[in-house]
Amino acid sequence: MSTTEVPRIITSRFDDEHGHTLARYEATGGYQALRKALGMAPAAVFDEVKAASLLGRGGAGFPAGVKWGLAPAEVWPRYLVVNGDESEPGTYKDRLLMERDPHQLIEGVLLACYAIGCGQAFLYVRGEMPFAQERIAAALNDAYAAGYVGRNILGSDFSVDVVLSWGAGAYIVGEETALIESLEGNRGMPRLKPPFFPAAKGLYMQPTIVNNVETLANLPWIISNGGEAFAALGAETSRGTRMFAVSGHVKTPGVFEVEYGVTTFRDLIFSPQYGGGIRNDNAIKAFIPGGASAPWFFEEHLDLPLEKVTVDRAGSMLGSGAIVVMDETTDAVKACLRLVRFFSRESCGKCTPCREGTTWLEKILQRILDGYGRPSDLALLMDVCDNISPGVTWPPKQTTICPLGPSAVSPIASAMERFRSEFDARITQAEQTRISVPVAFPKAVTHA
Amino acid sequence: MARLTAENTELALEIIGRYPRPKSALIPLLHLAQEQDGHVTDSAMSHIAELVCVSAAEVLGTASFYEMFKFEPVGRYMVNICTNISCQLMGGEELLEHAESTLGIRPGQTTEDGLFTLEDVECIAACTEAPCLQVNYRYFHKITNPEFDQLIVDLRSGARNEIPPHGTLAKVRQRIPADRRAGVVTPEDTAHPVWLASSQEAQS
Repeated sequence: MSTTEVPRIITSRFDDEHGHTLARYEATGGYQALRKALGMAPAAVFDEVKAASLLGRGGAGFPAGVKWGLAPAEVWPRYLVVNGDESEPGTYKDRLLMERDPHQLIEGVLLACYAIGCGQAFLYVRGEMPFAQERIAAALNDAYAAGYVGRNILGSDFSVDVVLSWGAGAYIVGEETALIESLEGNRGMPRLKPPFFPAAKGLYMQPTIVNNVETLANLPWIISNGGEAFAALGAETSRGTRMFAVSGHVKTPGVFEVEYGVTTFRDLIFSPQYGGGIRNDNAIKAFIPGGASAPWFFEEHLDLPLEKVTVDRAGSMLGSGAIVVMDETTDAVKACLRLVRFFSRESCGKCTPCREGTTWLEKILQRILDGYGRPSDLALLMDVCDNISPGVTWPPKQTTICPLGPSAVSPIASAMERFRSEFDARITQAEQTRISVPVAFPKAVTHA
Repeated sequence: MARLTAENTELALEIIGRYPRPKSALIPLLHLAQEQDGHVTDSAMSHIAELVCVSAAEVLGTASFYEMFKFEPVGRYMVNICTNISCQLMGGEELLEHAESTLGIRPGQTTEDGLFTLEDVECIAACTEAPCLQVNYRYFHKITNPEFDQLIVDLRSGARNEIPPHGTLAKVRQRIPADRRAGVVTPEDTAHPVWLASSQEAQS
């Protein structure tokens, strides 16, 4: 493991109590990348980001440079939307980046606007995070006063307003087209792609780049040190470093920035500097490698590197960098129900297979857990899954507009494949303990 | 039941002025209304509708999608306990049960004294600090049953008055000084960004 020599790219100010202030940010190299960029052509800044091969850190892992390039040429204005609506279960990184180093994010936003030519930027923070909203508001106020944001930034002809906006509690708004709907003041329901790819038709039907908080937080380092220095870290398609939250049944849960592409799941879960192993030295039962939407991994996957393509091929995803560890004491049916209930609650209701399907999946799992499961229930579960995600394959197919529906299928497919006996046992137990009550039809009452 | 106060109306207009389309300010304005009254009232929604030039029904249409907006009075403190996967694994559901018995209410209910509303919520991004909860969206990490009870005692006695009443989110607001403002860019502003144009000229 080569993690000790790797620079901390985005968490370098996390241990500094005053790292969120403008004074500390400037004293530790802050806004130097912006100064450097203003001396470069916007196209050259764009090229550095492309050279870095920076993959989006929100969940889909799409290369940021490619995404930027999808905006149609010569259609103006363009907008930048920052996705700070972190809410995938198990994910805990964007909130830290917003709370502990808001200026780094703001500088990243400015660099992106400069390179892409965005006329205005909207920084959308999850509603339930008032502390992050406070830190960003304070940082923006200071950055405006110091001339880093707003009109004629640092005396140049580059001008852009960065507007802090915030949500009000809806997981689906983390999906980029739903986020745009929310920013337009509507119900956060996803749009159909095509035609509404944000890069072509996004906010107010204008070209819009939607980037995750962590993605943008990498930009100051990339511009200061060069895209090649960033691409020199990591492996295969996964370059640079990345933040992972390790939670659940580990001895020392935490959020860690590690070298992308080379560090393994075993390192993150068992190494003393990270997760520290399973609590009470229990055996590991399963782990979720990339947030609630990701199919589960098991002991045999521990030595896989945290590399996008490798994990995709192994049948899951790194998603939003959320690793949730379950030890041998975990009830697979219960964990499965909890995840499915989440997607059922958060379904926006736009597509029938998701709205109805997730609701039924939750009900069926609940009755299995409550001891009222029927022998036909397991086939029924898979049938409902198949209606949402035909074939129940990976990567998932979908009968829905956005991936929320298929996300509810992942935990069921994983748990049923691996822990089928736990489901069977609950149903057998239900059969044995059920008191058979003969159905009595009320007799017609005759009045004398 | 109140429209936005004069002071809040002024703030609302300032917020609306930051967006290319007034309706984009809806969610921030609904939060402002909830901060003023503790929940979102019908008259506040009518007032917001006037301010952003849409119908009151459209305001309700948007507002009702989002879980944080409450249309009935709730407790001064909204106690939100996470039971999603990371917290479930570490005892979040047991903590919720304990909270139910301490407060004597079920999720979604408010105590008779109007102090507490209990909610069973989805992941609040503190997964490594499970089980966690929020009181009016302020975080409390790795909470044990005795710690929960103490927190309730402290909230009742007023010892935790750094937590503002339900409705208040960030206590620092963004303020864009007039002399530093770049200005809104509406979809009708189709001009080539100046800095891109000047850079192309410099190259050619």
